[in-house]
Amino acid sequence: MRLQTPSSAPVLTHPARSGWRQHVGSLMLGRWAPGIQRLTEPPHALPQAPRSGWPVACALLRSPAAVVGLTVLLLIGLMALSAQFWYPGDPLDMVAQPLLTPGEDWQFPLGTDALGRDLAAGIVHGARVSLLVGLTAATVSVVLGSLVGALAGYYGGRADRVLTWLIEIFQTTPSFLLVVVVVSITQSTVGIIAVVIGLTSWDTVARLVRAEFRALLSADFVLAARSVGYNTPWIIFREVLPNTVAPIIITASVIVASAILTESSLAFLGVGDPNTISWGSMIGSGRDLLRSALYLTAIPGLALVITVFSLNLLGDALISALNPRLRGRTA
Amino acid sequence: MPASTLYQRFTRRFRSGFSGPLVRALPTAAGVIVLNFVLLQMVPGDAVDALVAEAGSATAQTTELLRQQYGLDKSPLAQFGDYLVQLGHLSLGDSPRYGMPVMDVISQRLPNTLILMGLALAISLGAGIALGTVMALWAGQWPDRVLSSAVFVLYSTPGFWIGLMAIVLFAVKLDWLPAGGDSTIGAGLAGLDAFVDKLKYAILPALTLASFFVAIYARLTRASVLDVLSQDYVRTARAKGLSPWRITLRHVLRNALLPLTTVAGAHLGGLLGGAAVVETVFGWPGIGRLTLEAVQAREYKVLLGILLMSSFIVILANVLVDGLHTRLDPRIAARLKGG
Repeated sequence: MRLQTPSSAPVLTHPARSGWRQHVGSLMLGRWAPGIQRLTEPPHALPQAPRSGWPVACALLRSPAAVVGLTVLLLIGLMALSAQFWYPGDPLDMVAQPLLTPGEDWQFPLGTDALGRDLAAGIVHGARVSLLVGLTAATVSVVLGSLVGALAGYYGGRADRVLTWLIEIFQTTPSFLLVVVVVSITQSTVGIIAVVIGLTSWDTVARLVRAEFRALLSADFVLAARSVGYNTPWIIFREVLPNTVAPIIITASVIVASAILTESSLAFLGVGDPNTISWGSMIGSGRDLLRSALYLTAIPGLALVITVFSLNLLGDALISALNPRLRGRTA
Repeated sequence: MPASTLYQRFTRRFRSGFSGPLVRALPTAAGVIVLNFVLLQMVPGDAVDALVAEAGSATAQTTELLRQQYGLDKSPLAQFGDYLVQLGHLSLGDSPRYGMPVMDVISQRLPNTLILMGLALAISLGAGIALGTVMALWAGQWPDRVLSSAVFVLYSTPGFWIGLMAIVLFAVKLDWLPAGGDSTIGAGLAGLDAFVDKLKYAILPALTLASFFVAIYARLTRASVLDVLSQDYVRTARAKGLSPWRITLRHVLRNALLPLTTVAGAHLGGLLGGAAVVETVFGWPGIGRLTLEAVQAREYKVLLGILLMSSFIVILANVLVDGLHTRLDPRIAARLKGG
């Protein structure tokens, strides 16, 4: 058996690092194997981060909130993937008489807008945009944020000061305004918008990863890896970074939700991609008829709320699954 | 006494107040200026292109001459110097569209946004702390469950959509509040009447803007109060037989709200971004709506001016919050003094 993570043996690693890592660690490893026993293993077995997330997944599936969130998200994902199958045409095309109310004509179950565009087609195709933007932005910010945070935390000193400075600049600049400015300077296509949202939200990840690195640097398994002679990239990416995965995942789920909200706000304001339908742009165009045709704004809005709500449910459940100490709390 | 010790003593005293955070914020401010300059350089076409387009046509020679005149033929570094000098004069250049200095355009709209943000911050802190405390005191019971779910829905709902639904409910269906604008046009009100009138117009946008932050503060307060409730000094206070009210207000909340002060400063940027959307929904003439107008008119100087000013407001607010935090929590000052 290999010595797995330092977290299972907090006494011998870093006294200050009690708390949630310890619990995350024991959860990931299964609580049945006492950590102390592992330290008697031969020293050549280098510590490694857990490669399996199964225990966490099990803890997650035991929470009803997570199951509901996951199910709804899976359905929305399926809807997005099969959008071309249900509605092969362009959702921006006029297909019927304008302003059919929901249920008036069952060929268009959610009705049509002022230009005779099918609302249901818009919702299904809009799901693709929302999910795409959310996932892309989260990927960009996690990759960039982890890299910056890891370098700052690992090297410390001057590198840390410069990178922290960079983080602080992005923290103080209001990110929504920054996205609006950058998108209007460059181009407003869905891809660019997604990347720009990611580029303005990496600072949270970076701050988090930096703090984790600083705390983990003095851990035994890092010293062990150093003394065995592993090179720096190996230590950063294979030894320390896998131990910061839990907080990164939690932050990523928050970023996905906020990126979806940001994209919809942009589209609502008319700064989004004019050639792609999105829930935000549907709300924006339905806004003129707010008094006479409420369903035009209410339906895409509900789609947004349901998606973000499920994401937040999942995020909260992840926090408690990865950190049993916080179970029963929401913040 | 050696000079170095005197200096240390001086800087320590200096740091215990508001000036310490101010000094620490300077590099960030410098970075924000650099970021803005870089973005300004990314803008396609320059001021001369805009002028030429406005004039209709120009020869290559004239444009070259104009570029020299505006210093646009210089190296980026020299241009950055010019930019700094300009900022040193508290100027952001002129806006051809509005026919006045960018600084004036922004400062005309700024008070309206600050009113909205101040009101929203007050609402969100007040409601958030109240809700969060109730949730924590009844943790696990029905008031907590009901409020937690409601807060969770608020947390997941985009502000602009809440605004639209609020217009439908409060302005159209119930006709309690105006749907948009910032004052009754042509009413000619003065004094208290004008204030009440403005408040009527501000209340829906402020509530809309506050909705998301109410949720955040409620969740934070709940967690923080639960944390404090398990502390020994709360048990002591209970054992002394103090009234529950007194314990909650003096012993629990005073300690539980400290972390909130730091977070509130960090949320100012989010509040500014939210204001941009909410102002558009309600036709509230602040810098948020100005941002959108500037985007549509391709007025990049105004746009970047707004970004710079907003960042500075956030920095300034953080300095104030830092200072306030030190005053409120003597432990921080003690830590700084102890080195």
